[in-house]
Amino acid sequence: MAHSPTTIPFEDLPGVDPAWSRFIHVEDADGIRRSFHFLDSMASGTEAARLTIVCVHGNPTWSYLWRNLLALAPSDIRVIALDQLGMGYSERLEHPRILAQRIDDLTRFVGALNIDTPIVSIAHDWGGPISLGWVENEIRCDPNRIEGVILLNTAVHQPEAFKGPGIIRLARARALLSPVTEKTNIFVRGTTALSFKRIPKGVQKAFAAPYSLSSRRASVQDFVADIPFEPDHPSRSSLDAVAQGIELLLNTPVLLCWGPKDPVFSDLYLRDLIERLPHAQVHRYEGASHLVSEDAPDLFPDVLSWVADLGREQKLNNVNLNDSQLVDLSAQMRVSASKFPGKAALVVQGKSSDSITVTWSTLNVRTAEFSAGLAAAGVKSGDRIALLIPPGPELIALIYAAWNIGACIVLADSGLGLRGMIRALKGAHPDHIIGIPKSLPIMRALQIPGIRLTTSKLSTIRGGAVPYKDTAHSGDSLGAVVFTSGSTGPAKGVRYTRSKIHETVKVLTRQYNLTENDVIVAAFAPWVVFGPALGIASVLPEMDSSVPSSLTYDHLVQAVNRARGTLLWASPAALTNVVRTASKSDMHNVDVSSLRLVLSAGAPVPRSLLLQVAELFPTASIRTPYGMTEALPLTDISLDEIMSSESDHGVPVGMPVSGVEIGIAPLSDPTEFSSQPDVVGEIVVRALHMRSGYDHLHFTTKSADLFPEWHRTGDVGHLDSDGSLWVEGRISHLVRTSIGVVTPVPVEQRVEIIDGVSQAACVGVGPDGAQVVVVVVVCEKNWSELELHDAVRNVAGVPVAAVLVTKSLPMDIRHNAKLNREKISQWASKKLSGAQ
Amino acid sequence: MKIVITGGRGLLGSTVVRQLLSRGHECVVVQRTPSAIPGAHEVLQDLTDPECSYSWLAGADAVIHLAAKVGIVGTQEQFSAANVVATSRLLAAVREQGIPRFVFASSPSVAHVGSSLMGVGATVAKPDQVRGWYSKTKAIAELEVLAADSAELSTVALRPHLVWGPGDTQLIGRIVQRAQAGRLFLIGGGFSLIDTTYITNAAEAFVVAAESTRAASGIALMVSNGEPRTVRELLDRICLAAGVAPPTRSISFRAALAAGHAVEKAWVSRETEPPLTSFLVEQLGTAHWFDISQTRKLLNWKPSVSLEQGFAELERSFATRP
Repeated sequence: MAHSPTTIPFEDLPGVDPAWSRFIHVEDADGIRRSFHFLDSMASGTEAARLTIVCVHGNPTWSYLWRNLLALAPSDIRVIALDQLGMGYSERLEHPRILAQRIDDLTRFVGALNIDTPIVSIAHDWGGPISLGWVENEIRCDPNRIEGVILLNTAVHQPEAFKGPGIIRLARARALLSPVTEKTNIFVRGTTALSFKRIPKGVQKAFAAPYSLSSRRASVQDFVADIPFEPDHPSRSSLDAVAQGIELLLNTPVLLCWGPKDPVFSDLYLRDLIERLPHAQVHRYEGASHLVSEDAPDLFPDVLSWVADLGREQKLNNVNLNDSQLVDLSAQMRVSASKFPGKAALVVQGKSSDSITVTWSTLNVRTAEFSAGLAAAGVKSGDRIALLIPPGPELIALIYAAWNIGACIVLADSGLGLRGMIRALKGAHPDHIIGIPKSLPIMRALQIPGIRLTTSKLSTIRGGAVPYKDTAHSGDSLGAVVFTSGSTGPAKGVRYTRSKIHETVKVLTRQYNLTENDVIVAAFAPWVVFGPALGIASVLPEMDSSVPSSLTYDHLVQAVNRARGTLLWASPAALTNVVRTASKSDMHNVDVSSLRLVLSAGAPVPRSLLLQVAELFPTASIRTPYGMTEALPLTDISLDEIMSSESDHGVPVGMPVSGVEIGIAPLSDPTEFSSQPDVVGEIVVRALHMRSGYDHLHFTTKSADLFPEWHRTGDVGHLDSDGSLWVEGRISHLVRTSIGVVTPVPVEQRVEIIDGVSQAACVGVGPDGAQVVVVVVVCEKNWSELELHDAVRNVAGVPVAAVLVTKSLPMDIRHNAKLNREKISQWASKKLSGAQ
Repeated sequence: MKIVITGGRGLLGSTVVRQLLSRGHECVVVQRTPSAIPGAHEVLQDLTDPECSYSWLAGADAVIHLAAKVGIVGTQEQFSAANVVATSRLLAAVREQGIPRFVFASSPSVAHVGSSLMGVGATVAKPDQVRGWYSKTKAIAELEVLAADSAELSTVALRPHLVWGPGDTQLIGRIVQRAQAGRLFLIGGGFSLIDTTYITNAAEAFVVAAESTRAASGIALMVSNGEPRTVRELLDRICLAAGVAPPTRSISFRAALAAGHAVEKAWVSRETEPPLTSFLVEQLGTAHWFDISQTRKLLNWKPSVSLEQGFAELERSFATRP
């Protein structure tokens, strides 16, 4: 019998307070008294808890997994983390224990503790089904006992199409099972080695501490053997019962935290859980693996903030679901098709000046065919369809077809690169995917339960038995998840509900007085999507839509001229190339007088560029909208207004467009915001057309929603006395010195006035709060070093530690218009640290 | 106030004494050779002398302990006697006589090992880790001084970094000499960012620390101009002020470090400081700048002379030199 008490080597368990360690004897179903070891954040028993979190580990970890949760818990929350029998420092077992027994053990263990507060459960790995089995028991007895359920990389069901995680199946292989799990501690050690970020040696040793002898590892083997892959497995019926019982949780708040790099519990299992628990809040910790709480240091703080918000947040969520209106995003397209069936809806300028014209009638028919075809192929309302197709008739027809049948489109900017696109799409869990043949590697890298189709086989989904009728769907249902590149870090999926998309269409129509006579030349790819919803024709000039700077002057004027374009929407990178190629062009006599409006969006635009654009298109007014993937447009400014504004206070971006509210959260106290003039702080916005959240990033959304209903833009700026907005840089680019915060853009503007300085970057070097300002310049004049330093310090307006000269400054990949200040700061920091 | 200053002869000591006198304090200046500062009471005393009497401490309101053995030339015993033993005995006498304030001149080198110090504050002295007898012995002494802080005696350590100004022979004098001889090199292009302290600001920090008995107790504080500059710019500006040609040649950090070690080895038996030491190479070849916000806050002190003003003063001093 394995009753011999083991001394716990606390000195080898970094992060564990020995005072947490307790034992309790509990009688099991066979009447045997079993010794459970557990960690209890209130082991002294003197404190009063208002809530208890019960933590259930998986295999082959133990309560050590939860040490940081115990350490971080506030004084009114009790955290209890047990070692399951045979595991950690609990009693060793003589026989394998099956799932039903383990659920019973847990139920008896919690019962023996006489917990008199509401309970939140948290579980990891195979602790998931065990804890859920117990939670379901509790809810059956008292529906109010369980206040919340948190699951980390776990599963309740083996998706039929998949035979279980490859690594586990390998460990289960008869010949390997014992050597891997019991005779050696490969499985125990392997679990911590699987982690994406290297887990410190001391922590790895601590995870393995209770399993140092093979006699103490028996349950590690039994646990792996108890995973019910086969339908006739003794634990299969228990697992199925847990999976079925999960419907008891539909009124309980659920949080799913996931490490997507887990080779065992991949996104497939997360997707399965989301389907079973559609109300769950989900956060995928990009980059984290199986031991997600070790890889993602934010996880336990996030969990505790979620627990603190329990009750409050759920109410907010429920409000929206009731008064939802129906939105039909293709209604305007059908109006146009009946009004002007033969008129062009879409013109695609191809090579050697030939072009494809798609009429409203054709586009409408094609869309209807695809709607019926997708429905016939099994696409349901609420499904997600990833479309890896460049702008063109197929993309547009498929988007509106998907919207017609109530599906959500998933778009990933090709600027993300292959790996970035795969990572983004994995996280978005598309049910179906349609892409050009070039996107096959991406399609293969994803596990898609539904349609997987290349555009060369699109004819297979044209038409179906039943033409699709109900094109209007709940405004609160998701219409799109959009991944764009540009800033640092992995791309976030921005969610738009149908009503948000509809509101964006309304704002664009209102702001730019769009009518059915307008024709948009869409050189800024994402906006091609809106043409049919706006009811205006779109023209795609010849260019590589994933490379904005591939647009030439000749191709642009051809497109404008051919389709009598009235609006041009282009990124600064595209306009830069248009201006550059215009000087060599012999097409200046081509008539472009139809153009009434040029919109430059996506990044700040140099004044000189706008002036050159204005010269090329004298009939057009030049405007620059300000916004982001999360909401566009927010403000808007004309060239004249830009030219008459001061040039050393930041980038003027104009007045808020109708329906947009702007606030500034001061840098000194970012917990409040106001619209006071001249206060510098983070720009926060509220608008009906603003994104509805980030996909599977509950805590990112929460942080962006610091002020409920308002979006934190991450940009820093101020409002002037007229209510016009100025942008002074990104919040992550602020220089935090010991005597205050410096915003980079105004400093750069002042330095760029210096003779010979063509470009400047203002960055911080040193630790936050003690940084110094370094100005990096591209200088065409041969200044002496001391003169250049004097000149910069004379105008900068802030103390400048050093001026460094370089040949060119790194820009962001997407727009080639935003300074990559992170990179510049790293470079300057390295340079100024010496020792080279 | 009656204030005792040890080591009053150097640039920092004499500036501190002059500032104290001009603010109406009574000054007792203690060192081995006369300081000849008008208005100060002079005591000639070797603090390493075991027979040393501390009668001159009588009635003092504060002690500013600047006397130390600096540089790299000398034995462990010599450094220990001057920096540890002398400080320890002085501290005991200060306690015995009930003097309420002890201000200790320390150095950033007592806590910082190796390279690239960017924006760091005053961390605890590490005698076991820092290199060179000077840094080790100053670190030991600093720990003892700060540990002596009590209800009766308030102690504070100030760590000024690279003090310079008109008349400075240590830093400015050597740079100008080498530049004149055409032997001034930049290390690694001279891009490392370095904090320096203009003499007036350094002296004012000591004066304020002595005057405000309990403003900062039992802690070490960084002192600098809070305006780090690249070594290139500093050398250019010093040479410009002195009217000599600035350095144009650069050697790599590794080569400089190797040269520093070689020179140190060859120099052991001499009594003057070597022209190049590995310590100096590290000081000038890697970033050395600090966060002085604690000092600003706790002492209610701020650098009153900017680097720009300091360089103008330096230029004037060179222009009026005979």
